[in-house]
Amino acid sequence: MSYEPERYELMAGPAYNFSFGRRGFFKALGGGIVVVSFLAKSEAQESGGGRGRFGHPLPQQIAAWLHIDAKGAVIVYTGKVEVGQNSRTSLTQAAAEELGAPAGAIELVMGDTARTPFDMGTFGSMTTPQMVPQIRRAAAAAREILGPGAWETLDFANADKKLASGVTTSGHPKPTSEWKVLGTSVPKVHGRQIVTGAHRYASDMKRPGMLYGRVLRPERFDAQLVSADTSAAQAMPDVTVVHDGDFTGVAAPTPHAAQLALAAIKPQWTSPETQWSSKTLFTELKRNVEAGREPDAGFIEKGLAEAARKHESTYTIAYIAHAPLEPRAAVAEWNGDKLTVWTGTQRPFGVQSELAQAFHIPESNVRVMMPDTGAAYGGKHTGEAAIEAARLAKAAGKPVKIVWTREEEFTWAYFRPAGVIEVRSGVTDGRIVAWEFHNYNSGASGLNTMYDIPHKREEFHPTKYPLRQGSYRGLAATANHFARESHMDELAALSQIEPLEFRLRNLKDERFRAVLQAAAERFGWGKRKAGAGIGYGIAGGFEKGSYVATCAELHCESGQAPRIVRVVEAFECGAILNPDMLKNQVEGAVVQGLGGALFEAIEFENGRILDARFSKYRVPRFRDVPKIEVVLIDRKDLAPAGAGETPIMTLAPAVANAIYSVTGERIRSMPLSRRAPAGSTVSGAPAI
Amino acid sequence: MARTIDLVVNGTRHTVAADPNRTLLSVLRDELDLTGSKYGCGEGQCGACTVMIDGVAARSCQTGAAAVAGRRITTIEGLEQHGRLHPLQEAFLEIGAMQCGYCTPGMIVSGAALLAKNSNPSEEEIVSALEGNLCRCGTYPRILAAVRLAASKMKRSAA
Ligand code: FES
Ligand code: FES
Repeated sequence: MSYEPERYELMAGPAYNFSFGRRGFFKALGGGIVVVSFLAKSEAQESGGGRGRFGHPLPQQIAAWLHIDAKGAVIVYTGKVEVGQNSRTSLTQAAAEELGAPAGAIELVMGDTARTPFDMGTFGSMTTPQMVPQIRRAAAAAREILGPGAWETLDFANADKKLASGVTTSGHPKPTSEWKVLGTSVPKVHGRQIVTGAHRYASDMKRPGMLYGRVLRPERFDAQLVSADTSAAQAMPDVTVVHDGDFTGVAAPTPHAAQLALAAIKPQWTSPETQWSSKTLFTELKRNVEAGREPDAGFIEKGLAEAARKHESTYTIAYIAHAPLEPRAAVAEWNGDKLTVWTGTQRPFGVQSELAQAFHIPESNVRVMMPDTGAAYGGKHTGEAAIEAARLAKAAGKPVKIVWTREEEFTWAYFRPAGVIEVRSGVTDGRIVAWEFHNYNSGASGLNTMYDIPHKREEFHPTKYPLRQGSYRGLAATANHFARESHMDELAALSQIEPLEFRLRNLKDERFRAVLQAAAERFGWGKRKAGAGIGYGIAGGFEKGSYVATCAELHCESGQAPRIVRVVEAFECGAILNPDMLKNQVEGAVVQGLGGALFEAIEFENGRILDARFSKYRVPRFRDVPKIEVVLIDRKDLAPAGAGETPIMTLAPAVANAIYSVTGERIRSMPLSRRAPAGSTVSGAPAI
Repeated sequence: MARTIDLVVNGTRHTVAADPNRTLLSVLRDELDLTGSKYGCGEGQCGACTVMIDGVAARSCQTGAAAVAGRRITTIEGLEQHGRLHPLQEAFLEIGAMQCGYCTPGMIVSGAALLAKNSNPSEEEIVSALEGNLCRCGTYPRILAAVRLAASKMKRSAA
């Protein structure tokens, strides 16, 4: 497997280069973010932040994956982590199903580098297609060795010995038709700890003697530290100050004391002028394309020349933030040259590697543990907080906790990439004959059309970019579906064909057809005509093995932002592992998608984020939530695919299309309820 | 050296150093190790830190610890009574009204404060009581359903 190019955060260099008092001054995260590009950095991909990412075959021994004690208590080990997508529950079901054990007998150890098999990370919706089968094989192999009736006779004498030489490849997982635990709505494992407040997230960890850390942040992204007077902070009782290269931080016995110590540091910065700003972002992205387009050899031109009608439009997508409710957090503790870290990350093994590099110690000296975390949405692939806590802990000789403030999380994490998408197309008698699609910067996921078109050209173009950017739930699939499914509606209007009918005429994929029809049927699509302030929109898509279609009803009162009042979303991801949790994921994706569709956007100027607080950066709240109906299509005959990402993709285009249906106005920028600022539109975008 | 204050949290009296700048959230979490109340923003915008003060929902990140000395403070850890979950906690489990669960304690405390003074809230009353609480995972529809379910559970057990 390979990384999609827009996982930019994995290609970045190390967050800090410490010198531990030796001479040396390196530029890194603490000193501002360098504008990097995918092409320039592509060589760093092999070494940056994840030594040994590839070439880690999954262990074959059952014992690496599960342990059964003499009483029948099962421990399952997986490098995957729980960030709210409920993988702890679905993996527990997988083990229970194949072992024939009650789910309550199973405890999962997740994301602990000392105990679980290596795992690249929890992203790309890979837990379901990769880890679920792996756990099922291991558990099935164990069941076959122990004999089918183990949990009936409760005979587990020497279970571990019997399993010691067993291999996972001998296991025969049950066919879907025999599922008793998988495919059912098992409630969330550890739900009780959550509703009682007992679950300890990384930010809740406490160790004996622990101090609280804070890090000095540059005044702007591109600022360089000239000097820092730390004497006042150093004079404070029980305060440790670290000034190492571009890293400056403090640790103190209480968060408040750490805050005071940080405020007592007097830094001097220089920052160069920067022209990047959210106001001119899209023009700048287009101006800074890394490499020109390859010549097309006339293929697409030929398709366009033959088309009866041609059409061309440009779409833009703003930067948005993940803003997980739990910000980045880590507790680090040294024991000699051995380091233990608890942190909320989607890549515990990646963070282990980052720590080993930062502190020049072997990976075997670093243990990273990941308590189930307060969400991530693709935003927690990196280990900044872990490195910061570990650097301070090393100096203080005590464990140190770092919890990023909301402002830090909004400013120093990474963003979902902004982008410009240009589409040219040709249509004849309701059939699309030519399709040219260029994505600048936002990414390649979901780039390829699901429609059946003879002449196609679809490309992703890396550009220079102003903000640190990286993974986000669904990656660029949301941006690409927004452009594609908006454009499909534009072509339907040009062809004077009803939008659903136009889509159905242009596709061959039956699974895609099924979700579109399922959403339309539940919604009552076509039963009412748009008008009098009420609009209807539809959009569909495919990504990472699953299919989605969304219908939206929208109320538009003049002079007011549009309000989404009803959403029907149909989703199909093969055989369903846990229907209620899948429904929960789809509903959540619709709600989160609503923010990016309507109002979320990062504003920046002069190297500063202008809306780095929840009071300025608007996210969906109770009042924004429409009536949501989810239609799940269970394909027991197909292998299960992941569901955490794809359901977020099609809300924005469905809403854009609904706005068009009622106002006749085509909005081609996300978020939709905010006009693209003057000067930001890319020239040559004709109105429909 | 420092003055101290007495805080009554979940029925237990605690004596803590009275730093005038210290928030109730920080004292609960860092001093008393009651980490069910969460930090989400520190500016009163997310509700993750919600506790009850004399039965009324309050943002503990916006509350000075010294200002609530002697008042009755209830945190998420105090809702379970004699091993029995609060009906709203039960309802959250029954409905599956969470994903990552980081917003959950604040949601439950806000909802429990509402139900304590209004046992039969309308949809609008629930939404306005919870509007200041953020769930980035987007489980809002389920949270509303859980509050409704808890209200009906409480009505049944009162009848
Ligand atoms: S942490 Fe108090 S409202 Fe967000
Ligand atoms: S469940 Fe994750 S923030 Fe609400």
